[in-house]
Amino acid sequence: MASSISTAAKASAAFAHKKELAAPAPAQHRAGSSRRTKPCRVRAVASPARAPRAPSSTGSVKSAMTMTEKILARASERAALEPGENVWVDVDVLMTHDVCGPGTIGIFKKEFGEDAKVWDREKVVIIPDHYIFTSDERANRNVDIIRDFCVEQNIKYFYDIKDLSNFKANPDYKGVCHVALAQEGHCRPGEVLLGTDSHTCNAGAFGQFATGIGNTDAGFVLGTGKALLKVPPTIRFVLDGEMPPYLLAKDLILQIIGEISVSGATYKSMEFVGSTVESLTMEERMTLCNMVIEAGGKNGVVPADETTFKYLEGKTSIDYEPVYSDAQARFFSDYRFDVSKLEPVVAKPHSPDNRALARECKDVKIDRVYIGSCTGGKTEDFLAAAKVFLASGKKVKVPTFLVPATQKVWMDVYSLPVPGSGGKTCSQIFEEAGCDTPASPSCGACLGGPRDTYARMNEPMVCVSTTNRNFPGRMGHKEGQIYLASPYTAAASALTGYVTDPRDFLM
Amino acid sequence: MAAAAPSATAVSTAALLAPNPAPTSAFLRRTQLTRHRLHSLKCRRAAAPRRPPLFHGECFVVGDNIDTDQIIPAEHLTLVPSKPDEYRKLGSFAFAGLPSAAYPTPFVAPGEESSRYAVIVGGANFGCGSSREHAPVALGAAGTRAVVAEGYARIFFRNSVATGEVYPLELTDAGAWKECKTGDVVTVDLGNSVFINHTSGKEYKLKPIGDAGPVIEAGGIFAYARKTGMIASKASA
Repeated sequence: MASSISTAAKASAAFAHKKELAAPAPAQHRAGSSRRTKPCRVRAVASPARAPRAPSSTGSVKSAMTMTEKILARASERAALEPGENVWVDVDVLMTHDVCGPGTIGIFKKEFGEDAKVWDREKVVIIPDHYIFTSDERANRNVDIIRDFCVEQNIKYFYDIKDLSNFKANPDYKGVCHVALAQEGHCRPGEVLLGTDSHTCNAGAFGQFATGIGNTDAGFVLGTGKALLKVPPTIRFVLDGEMPPYLLAKDLILQIIGEISVSGATYKSMEFVGSTVESLTMEERMTLCNMVIEAGGKNGVVPADETTFKYLEGKTSIDYEPVYSDAQARFFSDYRFDVSKLEPVVAKPHSPDNRALARECKDVKIDRVYIGSCTGGKTEDFLAAAKVFLASGKKVKVPTFLVPATQKVWMDVYSLPVPGSGGKTCSQIFEEAGCDTPASPSCGACLGGPRDTYARMNEPMVCVSTTNRNFPGRMGHKEGQIYLASPYTAAASALTGYVTDPRDFLM
Repeated sequence: MAAAAPSATAVSTAALLAPNPAPTSAFLRRTQLTRHRLHSLKCRRAAAPRRPPLFHGECFVVGDNIDTDQIIPAEHLTLVPSKPDEYRKLGSFAFAGLPSAAYPTPFVAPGEESSRYAVIVGGANFGCGSSREHAPVALGAAGTRAVVAEGYARIFFRNSVATGEVYPLELTDAGAWKECKTGDVVTVDLGNSVFINHTSGKEYKLKPIGDAGPVIEAGGIFAYARKTGMIASKASA
């Protein structure tokens, strides 16, 4: 299978030492070494593959592995493995949606036969979410194609939608695949989850290996239940310090991507640890892992803990076994952040690594705000936005589009009380602030989509968005300018009509 | 004649020339041949070492971090690559997402379904962003044979190999795209791992494609698996 030793070798030369960062003032120097842990040895990536060591030959000696390595080792039934090795893993869950499903199905049928059956009808999860509420005939046809396949294969988990005029009339319909996977209990610690979507890495928040693959790879998995994966080395991100009340996980990941660039984690795993990470909710951890792909990362992981187990209660009946990085595990490199010193950031056009402080962009006039997507359209994202609108009490100055990721999120927006509001729901606060009515749950305009997609950017405009990418044309128009931001920053910007630091309203 | 190709399916030259105690050809059994002529016949009869691919034509030049939204904008993802007519349509939209100001020459001329450019020259992190397999598919459907870039995002690289649509070749050094112009006549020589720009007169070293080469040459991971006997032609269950 494809090898990429060259890329890794180039990268290993760049990361020759442990970095310690306390943004935004790089001149700050941490006196004393009492808080430093043992320095991590940087390990070259281009090591030759070694034959697996049978446990019986080594007694109780086990090679130390990171959690990503452990997950892949278990999935490939290997006692141990090392970064750079290609291994065949058993896939626990394969996800596809309406955009890539038809192509994946086409390949599956062509290669395994028209009458072939998927390897396990309970391990395939098919979630229409991308181009749903549109009159585009091909888009509608694609949902029909995946439905026909699910019926034919008796796929257990197919979150169907038939009545496009009213999403609530479809009891099975969920919405955005990555949020649905989590909400429906398909994400479990220690497992391997593959999806035909780059943001599949979102599920790493549950302490599992989750990554995006293309139609052909997915077609292969459909038939065999296996995938050939190259074990990535892990970059560790240690986030410590109390999370300031004006920061969200989106700020943390934008900070990191801005630090290492859009190719800084190519072919690598990103492991997020530290006291701040431990304090994050599952949805915030998802936001963190969601954008791992924007740094080129293969997968992201957060170690499972009580927060994870609590979230999973009642959602899944399948047993799971979390894994954790060994104390002696070798990491490719380490980054440390003192979160208490960070400030709200944005990613300016046209790259997710084009980082800038929100307050330094306060003269950027904007035309609209978009709050939605797997990255920034979850329940807590809307609660965060509502908090800012509530603190302000004023109306938005630009069209503000709200697209809940799933039916559950939509219902939360209309039912959950916002703390400190005297019992108001998010939807009430949004209405009072003059936002657009929350739309039908789907991926919406995050990636533009068919021309009639709600909130699609069909003219060149400046938009502050809680989504994940701002490459040229991402939300529709090639000359559109997208500032990626946290829900706090997006809401603050809507209130002023300029890119705005949320501290203007939250402090 | 080229030396044995660096392919997983190639047989070493020595093996080709080794005397076979039990020749299978009826022709050989009946004929009195000298040892020398027997060897020559074997050379011609046996699978000749395949010549590694060589692509020649005009190149299309892009810069760093060309993401898959620029390669194939999301609005065209309703096209299903496994359907032949929609596959062709994807080709007509290849690179439709490139901003016209920075890229005044379209990759696919208006009204055409494929591109005149056989080779794409790019910078770092080519194919970043979305995992859409439609990206290498669109390039391949448009007639692209190879991308020559400084580096690739992993999903795009993987998809290129799995589909066999384009060769994702890596340059050993950075900066080539800055010395090339769209329309330059180029040669991509996988056998010698070199990229030649005839218009500028400059040559650039390529990293060998390695094990990915035979997979792409066979037409993708499934075709390769069948060709090498890894899987049966059509699995029954």
